[in-house]
Amino acid sequence: MQEEKYLYIRKPIPRRDIDKLTGEAQFIADIEIPGALWMKLVGSPYPHARILEIDTSEAEKVPGVEAVLTGKDFPFKIGHHIRDRDVLARDRALYVGHPVAAVIAETLEAAEKAAELVRVKYEPLPYVLDPLEAMKPDAPLLHPNLGEYEHLPFLYPVPGTNIAHKFKLRKGSIKDGEREADVVVEEEYRLPMLHHSYLEPWGAAARVRSDGTIEIWTSSQGPFAVRTQLAHSLHIPESRIVVHYLYVGGGFGAKSDLFLEYLPVLASMKLNGRPVKLILNREESFYYGFHRAEYIFRMKTGARKSDGKIVFHKGEYIYGTGHAADLGSLLGNTIGWLATGPYDIPNVWIDSYTVYTNKPTTTAFRNYTHTELWFAFEQQMDILAERLGMDPVEFRLRNLIKPGASTLPTGQQISEDWGDPEGVLKRAAELIEWGKEPEQPREPWKRRAKAIVMAPKGPSMPPNITTSAIVKMNEDGSVDLLTGVAEIGQGTLNSLAMMVAEELQIPLEKVRVYGIDRDTSNTPYDWETCASRATFAIGQAVLKAVDDLKQQIKQLASQILRVDPSSIEIRDGKAVVKGEPWKALKLEEVAMGYTFPDGHAIHGQLIGRGSWVPRRTTGLDEEGRGHPLEFVTYSAQAVEIEVDILSGRIDILKAVAVADTPFINKILALGQAYGGALMGINVALREEIKFDENGKILNPGFTDYKIARAGDIPKSIIVEFLSTKLLHDAPYGAKGIGEVFLGGWPAAIANALYRAIGVRIKRAPLSPERVVEEIKKQKPDLLENIVKKLGGE
Amino acid sequence: MSGTDGEIQVKLKVNGRMREVRVKPNERLIDTLREKLGLKSVKMGCLTGECGTCTVLYNGQPVKSCLVLTAEADGKEVITVEGLAGSDEMRRITEVFARNNAFQCGFCTPAFVLLAYWLMKVKPKATDEEILEASNSILCRCTGYTQILQALKEAISRV
Ligand code: FES
Ligand code: FES
Repeated sequence: MQEEKYLYIRKPIPRRDIDKLTGEAQFIADIEIPGALWMKLVGSPYPHARILEIDTSEAEKVPGVEAVLTGKDFPFKIGHHIRDRDVLARDRALYVGHPVAAVIAETLEAAEKAAELVRVKYEPLPYVLDPLEAMKPDAPLLHPNLGEYEHLPFLYPVPGTNIAHKFKLRKGSIKDGEREADVVVEEEYRLPMLHHSYLEPWGAAARVRSDGTIEIWTSSQGPFAVRTQLAHSLHIPESRIVVHYLYVGGGFGAKSDLFLEYLPVLASMKLNGRPVKLILNREESFYYGFHRAEYIFRMKTGARKSDGKIVFHKGEYIYGTGHAADLGSLLGNTIGWLATGPYDIPNVWIDSYTVYTNKPTTTAFRNYTHTELWFAFEQQMDILAERLGMDPVEFRLRNLIKPGASTLPTGQQISEDWGDPEGVLKRAAELIEWGKEPEQPREPWKRRAKAIVMAPKGPSMPPNITTSAIVKMNEDGSVDLLTGVAEIGQGTLNSLAMMVAEELQIPLEKVRVYGIDRDTSNTPYDWETCASRATFAIGQAVLKAVDDLKQQIKQLASQILRVDPSSIEIRDGKAVVKGEPWKALKLEEVAMGYTFPDGHAIHGQLIGRGSWVPRRTTGLDEEGRGHPLEFVTYSAQAVEIEVDILSGRIDILKAVAVADTPFINKILALGQAYGGALMGINVALREEIKFDENGKILNPGFTDYKIARAGDIPKSIIVEFLSTKLLHDAPYGAKGIGEVFLGGWPAAIANALYRAIGVRIKRAPLSPERVVEEIKKQKPDLLENIVKKLGGE
Repeated sequence: MSGTDGEIQVKLKVNGRMREVRVKPNERLIDTLREKLGLKSVKMGCLTGECGTCTVLYNGQPVKSCLVLTAEADGKEVITVEGLAGSDEMRRITEVFARNNAFQCGFCTPAFVLLAYWLMKVKPKATDEEILEASNSILCRCTGYTQILQALKEAISRV
């Protein structure tokens, strides 16, 4: 790559949102809305039950209570992709925690007290918690009227079953593949439901203004997504809904779409527009919030001995979506078309199912099904390599997609400017010193090993999703940037400001970016902050807007300086005639138009605008054919672990992540890498929402649902960004990096564990209890030998 | 001091000023600070003493304010980040946190800022292990801690 000369881009520019340090930054729980009422929900204690009667009379008597709402108040279903959710459970409650009533009161205390006095009579019904059980023909049905639900055109629900959506992908012929295969590996992998563990519990407030406008404050990654989905769900025009931007205390996908905003909205409508707020606490976040789904992957993969090529892959991928499938349907799709990872496989057959169970509902989780699929697929790869007697890195190199030549199983061509998958794998191998055996610890009960996996990210977004930006000049020559991007911590606003300053060659301080002082009515549209797309998509809109502004500056300056617009360049805060630097206008002289000495003025304020829409993508047809991807960020991740055979504890001694993309801001990019890696490692080792046999959550809080602490970070972590190719339309070649680093850690750790002690764990998380249990099952002699050794010493 | 309605009068020094509040015997300090005294930098992540986003300096020590009853806080001194405004320490903390990207969503950040302040004031010679140990009391789901730890180290190193 040639030497780049940038003023700001690629530099470690300090963050500017320092109001987060002082407590000025306001989150949903911090804002005061005068006259706001509190909402408290009442959840079902049963996983599946008919609601016979709800007696609200005692609750209504509590002083301060304004209303007690139940399902009867809202006799319709809502949902954006598929209309399968009750506002409050109507005839039946579908999981433990399913909200059946909502108390609205002057104070939280009164609401809490009244919620305890709501009396509900239930008739328990048969229920199903396991997705595989739920797919059986005689399973209790969660949605007997599934066939009548309204849904978007690309979804295929199977009426009379618990299958909310079925996705199919077919390429080549499995029969041909099976004939060619010398080695066939058939396995089943499982991952549990997870809590995203954003530190800020979700909350929202709403009121209806006297002109009929619905005003919403919400902890959301996508104020526009909330507006769109709410409008669609409630049959209200978008123009009547205004969603305010707020600081968001972590989202990781959970806050990316409509959450429970409809509850305060509908309550406010019932209460003459009075503001109503619903702020969940941590336990409620577990019961009423949205989680990562559970997954089951059944895979059968065959390879040839002669050249180590994979010749077929057949998979049944099951996405356990919980009691509602609204967003799960799309995720079920994505695991389908991601099917074979970054490998070129001629014959592919995939069925993916989105399946209802009597559990809380689920939604996107950072890295949108990739981490989960890699957990299965990359273990499958190591098992195949071992059966073929090949080195796992070598085996992967032989099967990787070839940019420019291969296609995805959907038929989309792998673009050359996406980067170099082989390059990232080789670099990760170098960094982990692949081939050099780790030094074994002195304690006989501890073993070390390394593993390496591919973990690319191909963000999926609807093919028509748009975003836009406005840059306007101020009197003093400074620039305001207005976009619809939600700042959820990733620092996009900082990166966008750097782009504007870079293009106009002005000091960074002269760019002001709208942060939370926005709402959906005064901001250009943006879909939402997800799919690692903020910098990529919005960055392009911003660059177009700046370009538009520059054209206007040149046009105006050319009239004043009486030269051709093409001979003007913009630098150092001036419009300068090339080669004649004494002929120049300061940006502040043209910002509001130009005033000639006689007072005559031209043009007025300069405002640039730009829009973006994906160029390369299409929808997928019924056989899974189409172009789902704008780009792929290739990544490989490697670990060296140490396992304690007696306790089952796994320590990460070294973690290596290589991603093939340049970045905009170095320290922000590293922040995404460190944060993503620790989350991915913790997901691998600890995280699981545990349910008892009646569908009740056993660990609804951080006491028993453990997220990583500072002491849990790997002993050494190496992050490297390659820039083998600059993605054609990406701003400064930078692809998304918000998710790719969550990546392949669960797969890498599982593979390393196998390489260390020969125990293969196909079920996440690899918690100490599970590791010990699997050692006892798969390698009982390991323990016995250690005990003997210890006894003998 | 007990009132007739079961509420208790509590006097405490908050960010340098004496404050008097009337509270129920079971009111948590976090609620008093947020709701009665308007100190919204004190965040509520769990209320079970796990996340540490409610950390304040309580008689000079980092303490989780969801685990303290306001009634016990009579005569005590409390500092939140609002109380650091304008101080030299806060200027330095702002600089090292921004330079190191030591925050993302910002929800855990006031707690870590207080930790930095405490290190500077009370443990300016803390070793890396002591910094790590102290950091273990506050959760952050965004950053992976690496850049926070770096910022904390730089906050107390006078280079
Ligand atoms: S709110 Fe106090 S520790 Fe979490
Ligand atoms: S910055 Fe988000 S929790 Fe720490």
